[in-house]
Formats: sequence, structure tokens, C-alpha cells
Amino acid sequence: MKYEPVIGLEIHAELLTRSKMFCGCEVVDSIIAKPNRYICPVCTGQPGSLPVLNKKAVELAVRVGLALNCKIHTESIFARKNYFYPDLPKGYQISQYDQPLATDGKIPIETATGTKDVRIRRVHLEEDTGKLSHADGYSFIDYNRSGVPLLEIVTEPDLRSPEEVRAYATKLRAILRYLDVNIGDMEKGVIRFEANVSVREEGSAQLNTRTEIKNLNSFRALAQATEHEIKRQIEIYARDGSVEQETLGFNEATGKTYSQRGKESAHDYRYFPEPDLPPLVLDQDWIDSIRASLPELPEAKTHRFIEQYELKPQEARLLTSEKALADYFEEVVAKSKSSARTVSSWIAGEFMRYLNELGLGSTDTPIPAEDFAKLIDLVTNKKISANSGKVVLSEMFRNGGKPEEIIRAKNLDQVSDEGWIQETITKILDDNPKEVQQYLAGKESILQWLMGQVARTTKGKADPSVSRVLLVKSLEERRK
Amino acid sequence: MLLNTHELSIKATHELLSKRLISSEELTRDYLERIQRIDPQIQSYVTISEEVALEQAREADHRFKTGEGLTPLTGIPYSAKDSISTRGVNTTCSSKILENYKPFYDSTAIQKLKSVGAILLGKTNMDEFGMGSSTENSGFFTTRNPWNFEHVPGGSSGGSAAAVAAGLAPFALGEDTGGSVRMPASFCGVTGLKTTYGCVSRYGLIPLVSSFDTIGPMARSVYDVALVLEAIAGHDPKDSTSRVESIPNYSESLRQAKNLRGLRIGIPKEYFVEGLDSDVDSALREAIKQIEGLGAEVVEVSLPHTQYAIPVYYLILFAEASSNLAKYDGVRFGLSERNGDSLLDVYLKTREAGFGAEIKRRIMLGTFALSAGYYDAYYLKAQKVRTLIRQDFEKALEACDALITPVAPTTAFRIGEKITNPLDMYLSDVFVVAVNLAGIPALSVPCGISNGLPIGMQIMGPHLSEEMLLRIGHLYQTQTDWHTKHPLCWNN
Repeated sequence: MKYEPVIGLEIHAELLTRSKMFCGCEVVDSIIAKPNRYICPVCTGQPGSLPVLNKKAVELAVRVGLALNCKIHTESIFARKNYFYPDLPKGYQISQYDQPLATDGKIPIETATGTKDVRIRRVHLEEDTGKLSHADGYSFIDYNRSGVPLLEIVTEPDLRSPEEVRAYATKLRAILRYLDVNIGDMEKGVIRFEANVSVREEGSAQLNTRTEIKNLNSFRALAQATEHEIKRQIEIYARDGSVEQETLGFNEATGKTYSQRGKESAHDYRYFPEPDLPPLVLDQDWIDSIRASLPELPEAKTHRFIEQYELKPQEARLLTSEKALADYFEEVVAKSKSSARTVSSWIAGEFMRYLNELGLGSTDTPIPAEDFAKLIDLVTNKKISANSGKVVLSEMFRNGGKPEEIIRAKNLDQVSDEGWIQETITKILDDNPKEVQQYLAGKESILQWLMGQVARTTKGKADPSVSRVLLVKSLEERRK
Repeated sequence: MLLNTHELSIKATHELLSKRLISSEELTRDYLERIQRIDPQIQSYVTISEEVALEQAREADHRFKTGEGLTPLTGIPYSAKDSISTRGVNTTCSSKILENYKPFYDSTAIQKLKSVGAILLGKTNMDEFGMGSSTENSGFFTTRNPWNFEHVPGGSSGGSAAAVAAGLAPFALGEDTGGSVRMPASFCGVTGLKTTYGCVSRYGLIPLVSSFDTIGPMARSVYDVALVLEAIAGHDPKDSTSRVESIPNYSESLRQAKNLRGLRIGIPKEYFVEGLDSDVDSALREAIKQIEGLGAEVVEVSLPHTQYAIPVYYLILFAEASSNLAKYDGVRFGLSERNGDSLLDVYLKTREAGFGAEIKRRIMLGTFALSAGYYDAYYLKAQKVRTLIRQDFEKALEACDALITPVAPTTAFRIGEKITNPLDMYLSDVFVVAVNLAGIPALSVPCGISNGLPIGMQIMGPHLSEEMLLRIGHLYQTQTDWHTKHPLCWNN
């Protein structure tokens, strides 16, 4: 009996607006802001307060809907989702139910077997709840986060493996960052992923009971939790058991999912249209203008990089993982005379390495494109060796400065002057007769050591390819 | 004070103040003293905001002194129904769950009255959270009808109506969701206006039914009502359901009004049926004759879906109210039974102690009506029939400009008479709720007295036709004197 996983993902993303979804309170980082400072009668649910829609939030939602190839509905309705909890001040959340903002979209993801489309069921707007924390037998509520605009994106259960789940999550996050709609920080909770997991016999079309996994703080946790849950469910079916519909959490330490709530029937949220807000009617021209102003998205950019710069798909994907990085790459290419492939390997290699080492994000570009381009060209034109180039880059990262200045200061000019190199080689061979004999006796590997000596003595300045030719020639001459 | 200031209209009172024959502070003290003396028998006020009133009076006096910021309502005292948020002053909705709740902000209507220099005397009694038609459902006490203390003042703005009728405020802000301004106005012999939904901002009005709630003025004449409407109507960016149209100069239009020639008045036949008290029927017919005398033409019209108005109204009310009342949970404000065994315990104890029986009844019915499997059959169906009722009015108002009907089938009933059977109470709303379902405005004007109790006439019109309704009512009041009759306690 072979089973296949059937997985759908629900994402809640906080929108990068200045103010909240239904009031003018400032949206702040609730981890660092003092509790309950950014609140008002509306977002704390004081009696008699009324919601007023944030237009920017709608614009950002339309942007996302378009980027996910959805149908944007020119008329959509807000609805009340009713339940009791202290972090929900009105006793209901204003969300969308029957007529959401956007539906029927899709985005492609790369899988082991090729590209596949993941269908987007719906995209809708809602407000966030406050934040609860517990200590000393008390529960504390901070309403700074209450009312922050949220976008909910729900897929069809099209994902078939933890890898696909991760691919989709990564893709979606990149799109949201490209659109400047969300900063994508899972750890901070500004983007939250929930997986709906079920399994069924391979080839079957029916949908079996699914479980919901919540509170996942990283892509790793998302993938691991999904993997564990798939196994768990398969085991249950293998012994003729049945899967219970429940909400699960994931314990990263044990790598296992666990039940979060006791036996509980599905919540009845008693949705009805929000009477305090008229239907949201969008002007088609407005939607079209948003579409026209969408930036080039990761998918399109990747393809263009492959075509235009003749990059390998892997390279292109790395460079387009962040818009800022992709833009930087293109800026450097424009300012450099070296090939795009050369620039790409510099960025993918040394540049990314230093970013990681110094704990910078891949959107940080501390080296002006112009200077980086200059440096790359100096290496390409053999003005300095590749090794010297790395030294210069490192210096530029740590202390800034222009490549030519650093080369001068550190005396790194690569020398191709054969006469000068020959002098150095002759001296080294004179000083190391034993090694010369070893080479002549057939130990070819000693050449490497001798090359090292040349490099050391010339402080890396000697052009390696020239040095090698001269060294071999000089050694052969001593055979006589 | 030799002059009985409480007997004066807003206009006359304002003249007195402008001429500095009396200061705003003196006038306010007159009213406060009268309230202290008379209200214990009537109990129209829940909170008397003496300090705030005197402070606002002094501010008004300053305006009179400098001549700056003077409006027709400057220095005029008023009371507000206790569901209208007043910053720093108890706003209880006549419920134990909000018994000591002081809002952090003013509702827009109150803010507007503040800005024109009117003076808040206090907050008036109501059916708890607006749920009721007699003010007997107040969580505190029942207000008496000033015309006969054994009878109800009507509801749910019973306190507002009684205060105006007894001369305890020149005007009052009431709130009408299903007749709650018109019914008490009719029962207490005062003039009350249910405004078009969206005409007056709901920001700060503690909601009962978000789809129907309106704030409306109550006073002793249509002209006075017009003056108040001018001050409180208008678009509010804080209320997404608030309309954008500009406000006409209502009082100016009344000053210009001469007759009703060219106007067609429709009489819906479904409103003149068995069950209508014979005195009410005669008073209405007499009033309609008066209106014809002013030049209007009278035609019979039909509102065929009238019989569904009550079930549709109550279904939507139960549903929306159950959601609107969810925020009263003891967590952020209001009554809080904090010592529970669990979160659920806190919720249950707080709401058990804080809500009256009728509130609990309606929350349960509303939760049920919205629940999975029942939403389509009840709430959704009710909304669909509501559309039919609205279309009834649209059609009828093509054949005529305004409609005239009774406000209630009887005059004010006795305290205790209907309270034991909620359905009986719901049925007394039969003439008023359809208006709320359609969102249209309606004016209640005194038009008779039967056995010492007032009778009211209801004038309805299309959306935002307040100007026309006020004109009809005002001209009617130039030909009749029902609105000048007062209960006995008026002379105390």
C-alpha cells in the first residue's frame, strides 16, 4: 500500500503599512515596543468604536493577489469571525469569508521532478489579535499588535512532500519581500505558516481527515513537522486506525508533532457580513495601475538572468533569492567590463561568504557597486592575482576604501615582469638545492611547494601563471 | 428664578441668553435644581453630570461675553441617552455590566454638541443595551411616564423622552434602532426624529444593531428638533457607514415653509387595521385632515410585506446584538468577576452577573440564529426579506412623497402589563420597525391625548428627506397645539 501526502499551506503575513488595518495607530515591532502604547478605542474594542479601512493595506493585498496570478474581485465583503479570547478585544475578528479579495491563483515551484504549479485558493484581508504572554501565574495582554493588517493566503492541497512545502514557502516569502509587502521574518512572527496535512492511497482522489500544524517558527520546523506528521498518519492507516481532526504543535527538540487541544469539535465562528463596513468596491483602473507598477518577480527575473546573462539556473536562483541582491548584481555587471558570469561567481562566492561571516543580511550591500566592479575588473585583467583580490575584498568589507588605494597600501600589484620574477625564482632554486633534486628525480608535487615559495617571497605579487612557466623552465635547465 | 425657564423653547431660551437676561450658568442651575426636585418621581436620569454641566455653562458664558463661537445651541442644556459615549462621564447603557464605565472618548455627536457650546446635564435611562420597548428592561430602575406614573414612558429611549416631557431638559439625544426614539416620543407627548441611517455619526454610540442604529434628537417642537439636527448631522470619517451628503439648513427651510401644496401623503393600508386603539385611530385621521388642510393630497398606498417586519427585525437584531455584546467579558473594562477558576469561568460569571434576563435571552437566540446550519435559514433569509421590505417603501414613495401612520397601536401601557411576555412586547413595535429595516427617516409628532396619555403620528420619507419631514411636522404644529400640552408635573 503506497500512500501520498496531501498538503495545503495557510500563510498569515503582516502587511508593511504605517498604520493598523482599521484605525490610525502606528504599526510597531511588538517585540521591542513598550506594551499597550500604540492603541486606541478602535483596536482595543472599546464600546462604540468603529472600524475604518486602511487603503494602503488593500493596495498591498491587490499587489500580492496579482503577483500570485489570482482573480482580483472588484467587490469583496468583510465578515465578523466570532469567538471569545482575551487577545481578541471585540469578541470578533474582522476578516473576509464568503467573498474574499482574490481567488484562483497559482505559482510555480521547482520540485525534484521539475516545475509544478501550486494553486492559490484565496487571498484575503483581516486584522491581527493582541499578544498574550504568561508569567507568575498571570496572563498579560499587549494590544500593540491588535488590529495590525494581515493577509491570509491559502493554497489548495497541491503539495506532495516536505520538500515541496519548503519550496512553496520559500517562493512565497521571496515574492512578498519582492513586493515590499512583508519582511519575511518567521522568527519574529511577521509571517506565520500553518500546514494542513492528510495522506491517502496513491492514485486515490478522495481527501482524508487532515490535521493542522501551527506555531512553526522556521522553514526547517515547517519541513520537519510536515515530514513527521506524514509518517505518523501513514502509520495510523497502516494499522487500520483513523486520523483524528485536530490542531497540532511541533516540538523541535523531539522532532514530533503533538496535540494542542483536547477533544474539540471544529469552531463555529458564526460568520456574517460586517455591518460597520460597506462592501469593498475596487476600481478596475486602479487594479490595472497596480499591476503595471509590479516589480519584476523572482520567477521572471530568474528566467531573464539565465537568458540575458547566460547564467546557470542554480546561479540565477541564488542571485534572485533577494531583490536587493539581484539589483546589486545587475548594477555591478553594468559597471564592470568583465562577463556577467565572472561577476556572478564573485558574488555567489567571496561576496556571500563575507556577508555570512560578518553576520550581514543578503540585502546588505556595504560595497558600492562601482568599487566592486572595479575590483573584479582588476583581477580579470590580471592586474592583481585572484588571491590578492580576495584580500582587497575582505579589506573593503571590514574597513571600506577603494580597490586601487588598498592595492597600493598593501603593495599587492601583481607583477608580470618576467625578469623580476626570474630573479626571484633563480634565488629560490639556489637556496633550495634539495627540493630541486627531488623535482628532477621525479617528485612533481614539489613544484607546488616551490610555487608557494615564489608567492611568499613576492608577497603574492608574482603572476602565478607566468611564475609557473618560468619555474618549470628554470628547473628543467638545472637538469643538465 | 421667577421665570420658568424650562417652559421655553430652545429659540426663546437662546434669546434670553443672548440678551444676557440670564447667564448660562444660572439657566443650567435652574435645570439641575428642577431635576433634583422632580426626577425622583420619574427617574429619567441615570447620571447627573453636575460638574461637567457647570463647567460647560461657564464656557458658554464666556462665548456670550466675547461674542465668539455663538450658535443657536450655545448655552442650551440637554441630556443624552446612556448608550452615547461621553468622555469621563458614566456611560452605562443601563446595564450592570457597564455600571461604572467611563469612556476615554466622546462620541462624535457629543463632540459636535460640545463644539457648539451645548451643555450636558446628564445621561438618561433606557432599556438595557436598547433591548426593549418600555424602559422596564433597564438594569437599574424603570422610568415613569410623566403623564401617568403608573405607565411606561416607552422604550428604549424612555429616559430621554420623559426628561424632555417633564421639562428636565430642553432637548435630548435619543437612539432609534426599532422605534426607540419614536415610541417614547409618542408615549410622552414630545417630538422625536429617527434620522436616516448614516445621517448622524454612530461613532461612540454603543451599538445594539449595527445595521439599524441611529442617533436622533427629541424636543418639545419640530423647530427645536431641527436646530439640534443641524448641529449633529453630517459625514464622519470615523464612521464608515456615515453618509457624505452636505447638510441642509433645516431651520431655515422651516422658516421659509408656508404650506404643503403639491405634496402627496401616502396612507399605507396595512397600518390601519384591527388591533389599533380606536382613540389612536381617530387622532390619526384628524391629524391627516389637518395635513390635507395645509394643501397636501392624500392617497392610499400599500406596503405588502409589513407583516414580516417584526420577525425580520428581531432575527437580525438577535444576531448582530449577540456579536456586539461579546466584548463585555470582564477583561478590559466594565464589570469583572475576576476570581474565576479559569478563563471561561471569568467570562461566565461576569456575564451572568452583568446582563439582565432579556439580554441573555437575545444573546442566546442570536447565537443560535448565526450558528452553522441555521445561518441560511434565519439570518440570511431575514436579510433577503428585509430587501423586499425596503423595496415596498421605495415603490410606495414613488406614488407619494411621505407616509403617515400611527407610531404605536395604543397609548402608553401600564408598567408590568407586557413585561412578562416578551412576544407581546415585541409586537408593540409593529408600526415602527419596518422603517429601521429600510434605513429611512421618520418623525414622531404629538397628535392627540386619550385618557390622559399622548398619541403620536409618524411621518416617514425617503432616505435623507429629513428636511421635508420636518417641514410637514412644523407646519402641522403651527395649526395644532398638541405639542404644547404638558403633563401635570410640568407645573411643579
